[in-house]
Amino acid sequence: MSKATGLEHAMSLILDGMSIMVGGFMAAGTPETFMDALVEKGVRDLTIICNDGGLPDKGVGKLILRRQVKRLIASHVGLNPEVARQMNAGEMQVDLIPQGTLAERIRCGGAGLGGFLTPTGVGTVVQEGKQTITIDGRTYLLELPLKADVALLRAHRADTTGNLVYRRSTRNFNPPMAMAADLVIAQVNEIVEPGQIDPDLIHTPGVFVNYIVKA
Amino acid sequence: MDAKERRTLIVKRIARDFTDGMLVNLGIGMPTQVANYLPEGVHVLLQSENGFIGLGPAPADPAEIDPDVVNAGGQPVSIVAGGCTFDSCTSFAIIRGGHVDATVLGTLEVDQEGNIANWMIPGKMLPGMGGAMDLLVGARKVYVATEHVTKDGAPKLLERCRLPLTAQGEVNVVVTDMGYFEITPDGFLMKEIVPGITVEEVQAATAGRLIIAPDLKEITA
Repeated sequence: MSKATGLEHAMSLILDGMSIMVGGFMAAGTPETFMDALVEKGVRDLTIICNDGGLPDKGVGKLILRRQVKRLIASHVGLNPEVARQMNAGEMQVDLIPQGTLAERIRCGGAGLGGFLTPTGVGTVVQEGKQTITIDGRTYLLELPLKADVALLRAHRADTTGNLVYRRSTRNFNPPMAMAADLVIAQVNEIVEPGQIDPDLIHTPGVFVNYIVKA
Repeated sequence: MDAKERRTLIVKRIARDFTDGMLVNLGIGMPTQVANYLPEGVHVLLQSENGFIGLGPAPADPAEIDPDVVNAGGQPVSIVAGGCTFDSCTSFAIIRGGHVDATVLGTLEVDQEGNIANWMIPGKMLPGMGGAMDLLVGARKVYVATEHVTKDGAPKLLERCRLPLTAQGEVNVVVTDMGYFEITPDGFLMKEIVPGITVEEVQAATAGRLIIAPDLKEITA
């Protein structure tokens, strides 16, 4: 059965109040067609998990600009002044997480792990409220897995079984997010038949992916 | 030497510490310029934490810019021959796992115990830490490239950081427009001084404990 579907069907599955992981890094590797469709659909009260806050009207910045996001979980929001404005006005909750910790929490969520130990953030505000564990004399923070209702990805090429291949620096958070959400939808440039992508060159196994949309 | 030349000397001096084949991650701003001053015959690989090794300059011809090839600031760049791409988990396994030989970062404050504060000013600036906390903890050697004092003339090399820390005890070397300092258990060890600057001037501009190396040298580019 082909996992290819239309934009309208894919976006009908996104509902108010959902938690959504969005791939991309400063919008490179973000499914912009999905962002535009969610703006048009007007879904609200979203929790967005993304590396960053996008740009003022690019990437997840499109949803933030239109006040569709109630909570943003990200590592960096410095390129989108609208995030700071909404955060300071108390309109949006923003959780800042070190980038490597964010990526690994998402991977843990998808890999069936109960958490991991990282030295990142020891002795900083990141440590507040977290359990510390010392192994071989080094202190680590216990970081917990992160999951979401939906992951919206951007890939270059897919086959109809949902196997994905990314291009250049657009891969970033897309592969771990593909593992960590109940519903995974990828925007792709091109859809080919099974067998047309060398199995050794597939980045995200299709087993993680529910739908692909060519856009 | 004017202020601009002294700033350039910071990045030139750090570049001189790099050896052939190192894997390096350069922060945004002044640290990025280190790549322009590598000694003859020294080739380092640059890691870009958004997901590749082999960071190269943006194509000169705008028609050759590939929107899928950007640096961690979202700006167009290139990937050199032999480079490779990966996801964010692998990128930070490379960083946290000690596979990056050196990183160069700017700062707001750094102290004599190697603590660094460069990611937020409470009530003023909260851009997020991005990958800086992971880089500081994971890179084998951490260089801080900074002006010695703030725009208002206040010392940036302190006894104890006042701003929220980015990492605890991770800085190894601080290079400023006054000198080259190693973080030691006894404080900032000044090993080299910028020509035209006196030890007394450095002392007056430094709030942390300063030790002068017995064999203090002048920095040369």
